[in-house]
Amino acid sequence: MNVKSKEAYRKMMGRKYLFLLSILVAIFLTFILDIMTGPASLSAKEVISTIFFPAYSERSVQVIVWTFRLPVALMAVVTGITLGLAGANMQTILDNPLASPYTLGISAASGFGAALAIVFGVGVLPFADTLFVPINAFVFSLISCMAIYGIARFKRATSETIVLTGIAVLFLFDSLLALLEYTANPEQVQAIVFWLFGSLTKTTWNTLGITVGIVLLVIPLLAIDVWKLTALRLGDDKAKSLGVNVERMRLKGLILVSILTSTAVAFVGTIGFIGLVAPHIARMLVGEDHRYFLPFSALSGAFILSTASVLSKVVVPGIIFPIGILTSLIGVPFFVWLLLYKKRGYW
Amino acid sequence: MKLEIKNLKFGYNSTPVLKSVNMVAEPMITAIIGPNAVGKSTLLKCICGILKAEGSIIFNGKDLKEYRKDEVIKAISYLPQESSTSAVMTVLEATMLGRINSLGWRINDEDLSASMDTLEKLGIEELAMRPMNELSGGQKQMVSIAQSIIRKPKVLLMDEPTNSLDLQRQLELFDVIQTITEDNGMTTVVALHDLNLAARYAGNVVLMNGGKVVASGSPASVITEAMIRKVYGVNARVTLDGEGIPQVIPINSTRKCRIKKAIMG
Repeated sequence: MNVKSKEAYRKMMGRKYLFLLSILVAIFLTFILDIMTGPASLSAKEVISTIFFPAYSERSVQVIVWTFRLPVALMAVVTGITLGLAGANMQTILDNPLASPYTLGISAASGFGAALAIVFGVGVLPFADTLFVPINAFVFSLISCMAIYGIARFKRATSETIVLTGIAVLFLFDSLLALLEYTANPEQVQAIVFWLFGSLTKTTWNTLGITVGIVLLVIPLLAIDVWKLTALRLGDDKAKSLGVNVERMRLKGLILVSILTSTAVAFVGTIGFIGLVAPHIARMLVGEDHRYFLPFSALSGAFILSTASVLSKVVVPGIIFPIGILTSLIGVPFFVWLLLYKKRGYW
Repeated sequence: MKLEIKNLKFGYNSTPVLKSVNMVAEPMITAIIGPNAVGKSTLLKCICGILKAEGSIIFNGKDLKEYRKDEVIKAISYLPQESSTSAVMTVLEATMLGRINSLGWRINDEDLSASMDTLEKLGIEELAMRPMNELSGGQKQMVSIAQSIIRKPKVLLMDEPTNSLDLQRQLELFDVIQTITEDNGMTTVVALHDLNLAARYAGNVVLMNGGKVVASGSPASVITEAMIRKVYGVNARVTLDGEGIPQVIPINSTRKCRIKKAIMG
């Protein structure tokens, strides 16, 4: 291999690591900012010293940081990672830039499952009392994923058919949710609506722990397939000829997407556009070598949700704006920009 | 190494596509020719294992079913018809994927060198850092070839590799295929529509019709005026050039043009 090429390759890798460092710094800044902002403003110094040396901080600051803001700020980062990974994986396995847990109705299905459990206290697995909300969310998201997968396999359906099926799934579960709201009493309706807006404020250390645990469980399962996922982007036939079991990869991918989406939806509510937009940002920055594409999608998701979390507290002073509304408001113009950018060949 | 196909049968659902295909491919270029929908692409997919067919595929004296999966993947490389992939990755990254089984989380010097050496061999090393989605159809096809030959396969299967290439690119591509076939002693099997390219570059031509092999042998023995009339339904003039290579000049269709019939009544 000639020296010039090796240098060019190293330069390319150097650029990717620079992006990686930049996004990590950006996430750290928004994370600190997220803890600083709220009804009682804290300085960056107070936040950092309270996180690392809580014993030296005032009791009130300790409570604000450790009980209220730190789990929320961490949940924003972890949920962003969850949705970014789910979106990236879905766009790759379905070979479709419009695929995301939100646009294909998986979030809606998951939301319906969780709402069913919240309102009626009905779980599909009656023995799992404490976990019936996330389990319900997971089962319904799995049902929607399998419906999309089934259609995808049926007579070699095109990606357009998959997207249309996803839209049908979205409408189906939105209708079922509307039916649920129609039959519920006013207090229950209020609870569903507030919950569907998406909010990080319900976060506890327990829900954060479960979410982190699930993400840590899924990451190695995705990491072992990075090259196979990259090969999938060359088309099914080429990937198969390279020894990739395309059918198995799709099935595994959809199950992982279900797990990630249902986890996020069960604890935070339906948060749109992150799963769609984060992979596009990653693709533009580092391309589709999945060794970088997946981590970058995750980190882009974390950055967007962490930023949205800060904005949710400053957009209307004194009120925490529902984060799901904010991500959609930010996401829509960004999505339109992406559609225009598409001309330059990023999908 | 010799590739022998015996009594190969395959169908999509209840529709038979390959009906007892028998053929032999030696270390040279073998062109599979025939009209549309006679099973050329299906045959290639069956050979590389993408489709599971009945019958035997004997490679180097042993049935492919007796080889381990990774041995088959290493030995047989398949190039599908030009795909509309819009993958956002550099040429170097795409080429490396040809060695997917040896790639780890960290790219080692051996993988990098193999990729660059392959691109150099094909004369496209200057494209190494270019994004795939910015390449022309011909350049993408060259990258696909690089991806296919990087693991030094014994058998190279190509499905219509000259689709969407201009005349010059078609000849350049086949010059490359011929060189790598000869240099590596590869058994190259190419499904082709262009009879003149098949005649010029293939040492062996296999003619398929109705899911079967109806003729095989040297280009001059298979590509004849009578064959073209019978199988393609086209009147053509076939002449031999100075090297004894057939040249096909199509004249007209022997069947009534359905479009003309529909318009004129």
